[in-house]
Amino acid sequence: MPWKTPEDRLYTKTDEWVMLDGQSALIGITDYAQDQLSDIVYLELPTIDESFSKDDIFATVESVKAAADVNMPVMAKITEVNNDLEDQPELINLEPYEGAWFVKIDVQDVSQVEELMDASTYADYCDSRSS
Amino acid sequence: MSYLPHTELDREKMLAACGVENLEAFFETIPNEHRFPQLNMPGPLSELEVLKELQELSESNAEATHYPCFLGAGAYHHYVPSLVNHMLLRGENLTAYTPYQPEVSQGTLQTMFEFQSMICALTGMEVANSSHYDGATSTAEAIIMALNHFRGKRTKIIISPTIHPHYRQVINTYTQGMGLTIVGQENLEADLDDLLTELDDQTALFIIQNPNFLGELEDLQGIENAVKDVGALFCVISNPITLGTMKPPGEYGADIVVGEGQPLGIPLSYGGPYLGFFATREKYVRKMSGRLVGETVDAKGKRGYVLTLTPREQHIRRDKASSNICTNQGLMVTAAAIYLSVLGKQGLRKVSELCYHKAHYAAKQIDKIPGFAVRKDQPFFHEFAVHCTKPIIEINKSLFDEYGLIGGYDLGQDYPHLKDHMLLAFTEMISTDDIQCLCDALGEIS
Amino acid sequence: MNISDNIAEPTVYELSSPGRSGVTLPEPDVPVEELPTDIVRDDLDLPELTQLDVIRHFQSLSQLNHSIDSGFYPLGSCTMKYNPRVNEDAARLAGFMHSHPLQDVNTVQGNLALMYELQEWLKEIGGFAAVTLQPAAGAHGELTGIMMMRDYHLSRGDNARRKILIPDSAHGTNPASTTMSGLEVIELPSDARGNVDLDALKSECGEDIVGLMITNPNTLGLFEEQIEEVVKTVRECGGLIYGDGANMNALTGIVRPGDIGFDVMHYNLHKTFSTPHGGGGPGSGPVGVSERLVDFLPTPIIEIVEQGNDQDPPLYGFASPKHTIGRMKAFNGQFGVLVRAYTYIRIHGATGLRSNSEHAVLNANYLRSKVQDVYHLPYDRACLHEFVVEGRWSDAPEIHALDISKRLMDFGFHPPTNYFPLIVHEALMIEPTETESRETLDKFANALIQIADEARNNPELLLTAPHVTPSARMDEVQAARQLVLCCRPSYLSDPQYVNS
Repeated sequence: MPWKTPEDRLYTKTDEWVMLDGQSALIGITDYAQDQLSDIVYLELPTIDESFSKDDIFATVESVKAAADVNMPVMAKITEVNNDLEDQPELINLEPYEGAWFVKIDVQDVSQVEELMDASTYADYCDSRSS
Repeated sequence: MSYLPHTELDREKMLAACGVENLEAFFETIPNEHRFPQLNMPGPLSELEVLKELQELSESNAEATHYPCFLGAGAYHHYVPSLVNHMLLRGENLTAYTPYQPEVSQGTLQTMFEFQSMICALTGMEVANSSHYDGATSTAEAIIMALNHFRGKRTKIIISPTIHPHYRQVINTYTQGMGLTIVGQENLEADLDDLLTELDDQTALFIIQNPNFLGELEDLQGIENAVKDVGALFCVISNPITLGTMKPPGEYGADIVVGEGQPLGIPLSYGGPYLGFFATREKYVRKMSGRLVGETVDAKGKRGYVLTLTPREQHIRRDKASSNICTNQGLMVTAAAIYLSVLGKQGLRKVSELCYHKAHYAAKQIDKIPGFAVRKDQPFFHEFAVHCTKPIIEINKSLFDEYGLIGGYDLGQDYPHLKDHMLLAFTEMISTDDIQCLCDALGEIS
Repeated sequence: MNISDNIAEPTVYELSSPGRSGVTLPEPDVPVEELPTDIVRDDLDLPELTQLDVIRHFQSLSQLNHSIDSGFYPLGSCTMKYNPRVNEDAARLAGFMHSHPLQDVNTVQGNLALMYELQEWLKEIGGFAAVTLQPAAGAHGELTGIMMMRDYHLSRGDNARRKILIPDSAHGTNPASTTMSGLEVIELPSDARGNVDLDALKSECGEDIVGLMITNPNTLGLFEEQIEEVVKTVRECGGLIYGDGANMNALTGIVRPGDIGFDVMHYNLHKTFSTPHGGGGPGSGPVGVSERLVDFLPTPIIEIVEQGNDQDPPLYGFASPKHTIGRMKAFNGQFGVLVRAYTYIRIHGATGLRSNSEHAVLNANYLRSKVQDVYHLPYDRACLHEFVVEGRWSDAPEIHALDISKRLMDFGFHPPTNYFPLIVHEALMIEPTETESRETLDKFANALIQIADEARNNPELLLTAPHVTPSARMDEVQAARQLVLCCRPSYLSDPQYVNS
């Protein structure tokens, strides 16, 4: 199937992506996730300095037909929030991996990174759900 | 009497098409011993006979068109222009359902949109939903919205002791499993200043009713700042008729305005169906539960309306939905929209003024009667409390049995410190003669 | 471009003209008291119209609606049957319509007698020990029922019970009501025949279970074939059974949920008992309970407080159950709706109610037999009052259930329920009800068959449908992204909102 899964990042079973840069990372939702949700109309983001455990809900996205919680892939503290997205939620549909990152985090437990999927595993995982 | 269209021939052909012998055959999955129970109920009747029976039942009630009614306390006998009922009885309004298919529901949708707009105008708020069940459940939903706004991190709710006692009871029922601290019912004599001292950084919502349950006008000035200082939200329970003349809660910085919409063209009907209105600021719109109509365009560029922000709702969010609300009070919304349209700017103001004038005239007259004292702690609108020298239950019995009047609400049931206080309400339906009758009666009873 | 081409009907604010008024009110007959100026509002932004303006406006709007009175409305799970007009006359009798909810009970014995009788009938129809009329809608009844179940366990010191089992075919209100009660949802899968998966049920049942919430017949229109086993399993772990009565129109006079072990069930008076849906409400959701939950009912319920005799009728009044969950709503339930349901039940009696359910089931099975060769039935067994088909074909890949629904409007029909239950792909849930004739069902079946043909031969016709309705498909994305929720002129001209 045609969903993009860039090699330069890691993925979760709940369709978030993580792009690591040392101790910090960018988080967003994947091409597959935005396609499933269709036209995204709203996004609710956390605030800077909020802390989350792995799998905590840190954001909510809404499309016309669905609403989805976005889970934190690793234990983290928020260091930056992409506030542009709140005004332009359609960016999540247009460029899920580029302009549409949700938050920048400080990774609190590096060992949890190992549990994430690489691009090819995630691509297979998407395919397995599309039949 | 039956409304079934099936002739014997229809039934035969249809059963044959289904490949079964008789109607009973459809129910074979149902446990045999429980199938086709004998129900112990009265037999069927014609419409004519049933109406006659109901006419008798209805006539065994006293009602506000035959007995001047001084009872308010959250439900009011107002004039409803004839056209409201006529429009409600149109089948397209009466027998449509939730507008899931906007292409064939623009009437319902635009009516709801106009209702939302007029509620915004009345309350001075930016967005309103298209109603909850009643004023009490609207208030409970305000609490749920505040909790969601703070994502459960603030769990204290401050409620004025002078909100409607039923609303307080409903709030207590709704919030039992939520782990909240509800403040404001320990001391029913607490005033606004006492309540404000309860504000702290755990407070999610501060709720006050204006006019309060005793009919009194609260001083809303200054509440906004105190509430904002601790970062909480401010909710006002309002009576829409009083908003015909009074500054709306929006001007006092309210974050949520709720209330009972019954006074807007909906008959007393022994307590329901009514509607709960709910208005808030645009920034909180996605935390608000309930049906919401938004404007858009159709595929040909024509203006139209749809239910919007539905992903928040139970049919999509299921166990993660902020509320289980499924419908609104549809037809009651239509009634209120028509009522507000036909009364309009001048009419609603006039109704509001009439209520105010009648109540203030009545208060002066009653206050002169020996043994009766109008409570004057605060200014009031169209309801006030009177201290009597006899138990209210006795006074009401005499008023009804001897003078054909429906007396006021016994405040002692809810407020021990207001024992022997009666809450009297005055609307445009009460004439100066009715007030005179009441005063004469009270004078003789005392 | 002429703006009027682009609106079906102006808003009430656009029709407004300063200085007009629709109602003349009497002048004050008491001395006028000056209102305190510091709290009087400067402006009231309501429209200004004449009565005729208002009538024409709302008449024009109403004509944009589909309704039961205008045509067939097979909206699954909503029971859009004929709403007898006699119900409306009954509810408008002065004694019902103008009595105040807080009047002394001695002055409203007619209302209380009616409510008491209705409680008794709903007990009898469902096989329950007691009924509350207070809940305002089905979802409100669910909340009431779940709170009672929760408090029942808590009152026995059984504090560990926090979970409610809910099949995946359930209405979304079931899990939402559970969460609102502070409890957790455990979703149960359905098996290949559309029943609750018994193995899954058995593995979830334990000492942390409050109970099971089950819709029977379920949202596929299928009666649970192993209902007795399901009930037994939940009972054995100490759980209670909640029945969602949304589909009671299949069962009146056919089986009493209380008899098969249900502890709680809400009725939808606007479905089963023909009270009008009114464009989304008011509903009414009375709840019946078994003996073990009687003490937990919301307060107040209607009781006989003094028995009658040959000369005098009994005296009805209010009572508060011993361990009541509290009050669910101000005042006495949706009383006007109760009057309508009372009227309907009284007209039908036991035999009429049974006949209604039988014919509702006949109509559903007849319609099903007419379309089953053309639409795939995911669960191919006799249904009760409704059935679910798939709105998709492998040889018409671009067509979705939604397109079929939209095309149905061109034939003058309201579409079935779409995309529900969630366990069927592209679901179309069809509930014809008993008051529709064979001719109507035939016409509807023919429309469905023709649409299936069009899906292959002229799919564009479906994709761009509807064509003859007052409006075309709406841009729901724009509605959600650029929120316009209010048409008040001063609101729209306020610079704060112009750009938002």
